[in-house]
Amino acid sequence: MSHQMFRVVLAALAAGVVLGHGPALAADAAKGKAAFMKYGCWQCHGIEGQGSAITSAGKVLAPDPMPLETFVAFVRSTDRAMPPYSEKVLPNEDLADMHAYLSAIPKPKDYKSIPLLRQ
Amino acid sequence: MSRKISSTKDSGPKVDRRKFLTGVAVAGAAGAMTPQAANATVAAGAATARVPSALPPTAWTVAAETGTPQKDLARIGGVAGSDFMVDVIKTLDIKYLPSNCASSFRGIHESLINYGNNKMPEFLTCTHEESGVGMGHGYFKVTGKPLMTLCHGTVGLQHASMAIYNAWCDRVPVIVVGGNDLDAAHRPPGVPTVHSAQDINALVRDFTKWDDTPVSLQHFAQSMVRAYKISMTPPYGPVAISLDAGLQQEPVKHHNGEKLYIPKYTPTSAPQGDTNAVREAARLLAGAERPVIVVDRAARTENGVRLLVQLAEALQARVVDMGARMNFPKNHHLSAGIAVVNNADVIIGMELTDFWAVVNSFIDNGDHGIGINQTKIKPETKLISINSVDLNTKANYQDFQRFQAVDVAMAADAETTLPSLIEAVKSAIQNDRKAAIAKRGEAAKKAHTEVRERTRQAAALAWDASPISTARMSMEIWGHIKDLDWSLVAQTGNVSNWPHRLWPMEKHHHWLGHSGGYGVGYGIAAAVGAALANRDLGRFSVNIQGDGDLMYAPGVMWTAAKHKIPLLTVMHNNRGYHQELMHVQRLSSFRNRVASLGGDIGPIGTSIMNPDIEYHKLAESMGWWAKGPITDPEKLGPAIREAVAVVKSGQPALLNVWTQPR
Repeated sequence: MSHQMFRVVLAALAAGVVLGHGPALAADAAKGKAAFMKYGCWQCHGIEGQGSAITSAGKVLAPDPMPLETFVAFVRSTDRAMPPYSEKVLPNEDLADMHAYLSAIPKPKDYKSIPLLRQ
Repeated sequence: MSRKISSTKDSGPKVDRRKFLTGVAVAGAAGAMTPQAANATVAAGAATARVPSALPPTAWTVAAETGTPQKDLARIGGVAGSDFMVDVIKTLDIKYLPSNCASSFRGIHESLINYGNNKMPEFLTCTHEESGVGMGHGYFKVTGKPLMTLCHGTVGLQHASMAIYNAWCDRVPVIVVGGNDLDAAHRPPGVPTVHSAQDINALVRDFTKWDDTPVSLQHFAQSMVRAYKISMTPPYGPVAISLDAGLQQEPVKHHNGEKLYIPKYTPTSAPQGDTNAVREAARLLAGAERPVIVVDRAARTENGVRLLVQLAEALQARVVDMGARMNFPKNHHLSAGIAVVNNADVIIGMELTDFWAVVNSFIDNGDHGIGINQTKIKPETKLISINSVDLNTKANYQDFQRFQAVDVAMAADAETTLPSLIEAVKSAIQNDRKAAIAKRGEAAKKAHTEVRERTRQAAALAWDASPISTARMSMEIWGHIKDLDWSLVAQTGNVSNWPHRLWPMEKHHHWLGHSGGYGVGYGIAAAVGAALANRDLGRFSVNIQGDGDLMYAPGVMWTAAKHKIPLLTVMHNNRGYHQELMHVQRLSSFRNRVASLGGDIGPIGTSIMNPDIEYHKLAESMGWWAKGPITDPEKLGPAIREAVAVVKSGQPALLNVWTQPR
């Protein structure tokens, strides 16, 4: 098992711990937005998780964020452009709240319904 | 330069500038212009010895400055040397001279506005030397013609140096003329001496193409024309001329019938790719299954855009525009994102800033802060480079980026080489390849359409968000300029490239590129310079302006109002130095620490808030129409409509918009 894979598995296990306990089940979208701002996620991903072609390679976090397990695993173990966040820095409870916030963001309109984007 | 070298008792050769100048007459060798200064009668005799200005005034000085002159004093004893300098400058077709005034060039300043009637060039008042160079930078990218700027000795050039570095990195010619006073024995003591240097151009020598310190008027004439010529030969670049204060102020003198003359300026043709190298490049491209064209500063003119379209269509090759200029129409079906290089079998890079970064990736996420380098292409992929910057030989500043080995390298100007390359490619395409090439084009059309659909849907994300999304802001602007002959003159605010992804950019002036050196403060100055050029061409200029960038030298806004330069500036006010904000966040994460915000939204030292800067009031204070802060996306469109009307009336206008980070 590579070092990277080992980190992913560990992170996935950590996510499982989150899912198996109260904090994940009681995830709070309002707290999640505050955490999203506090930990600087908004800087690259936009305040509504809309992403940026420059700072997040166009990847969007919301709506329809990736499953919580995958979300946690990625945050803990990323070795791509995004720096990893350890649990010491970003507790599991806050991550779960953030996921709740991203999940609560409504889907965007179809661009065809926006005159400026239909041109 | 010494004014009294001849006073030495040294028995060796003596060079006395006064004697050299004595008796020199002026004649326009070019024949195109006869310098007015040439016809002046020059009084003989040595000029009055200069007295340090910091000394207490003499009784004579007091009388001269407080009494009524009884007659025309003709104090300089003839025609000023700087009048001849103006004659030289006027042969070079330089329209404007954006500068901050200074004592070290008072001689030429006076000649420009009085003797030269403040035309060709017209002096534009700037409040910072960086603004003067930045205006020249933006102006060139619209017109293809350089401006001249004057800089005060030492401190003025120091102010200008960041903007000169931007011009150097962006391959833009700016004629920088600096004042200096070399004669340590006779120059005024105090401030003028502090502002003098032995070799003032050394400050910018590493990032100028050429510089000189003329020691005579004839020397100046040669140097000025040479400087212009060098700066305007690809690869373009800034040049610096240091003007001695004495040379400006002393009179033209005749000497043994010698005549001053102004050398004729003849443009140097741009370097073109070697015939054999062009043929080999064409052979590789014509035989490729997945050729990709990557361009950065390839199109210097509108014709460059047309030529790139011809090359791309001949090959049905995808084109990646890295964006240092508007090289290739964004609504063309062959326009593509950088990801297409991954599967290419032949890549031709034209005037690339960084070929290495095109075919490799650097991920700032390695252990111990060392980035991860990965190749993006296959080992067998052939690389072709056409780049005039290969002719530059400066070593200190690292703007040449990492070394990238290629298979065919041409130290040549891409736009000049394109016609022969297109012909060679057409000749090299075998008949049995034409069906495959056409099929490649059809696939590109399908892919281009799909990307545009996805891009528009991505723009709909956070459409109603507050602060306003950069996609929404870009499209609200577009809605009001789309029927005009528009020019996006600066976009320093990193708005996720939405204008490039959503606006149908197709003309060379639709986008002027970035700063080159990423020296912050470029945006507003270059925008004003470009808007000046567009004003004269009847075009509408729009600037998406970063907040951090604006605060480096905002005084250029006053210059825009003063000289009635119409410009729509829409603030991308994300209230922070966002690039740096992300860097501190990244390092905090690497070090397992929570970034300290100190009450702001970004790490301490990176936010521009508490208090928020009221950019609309700043602009108003300098004579702009302005409105803000605008946080509600529904109110943005109507505000832009008002601002566009103001700009159409000939005035600058600014909207302070609170935006999403990127």
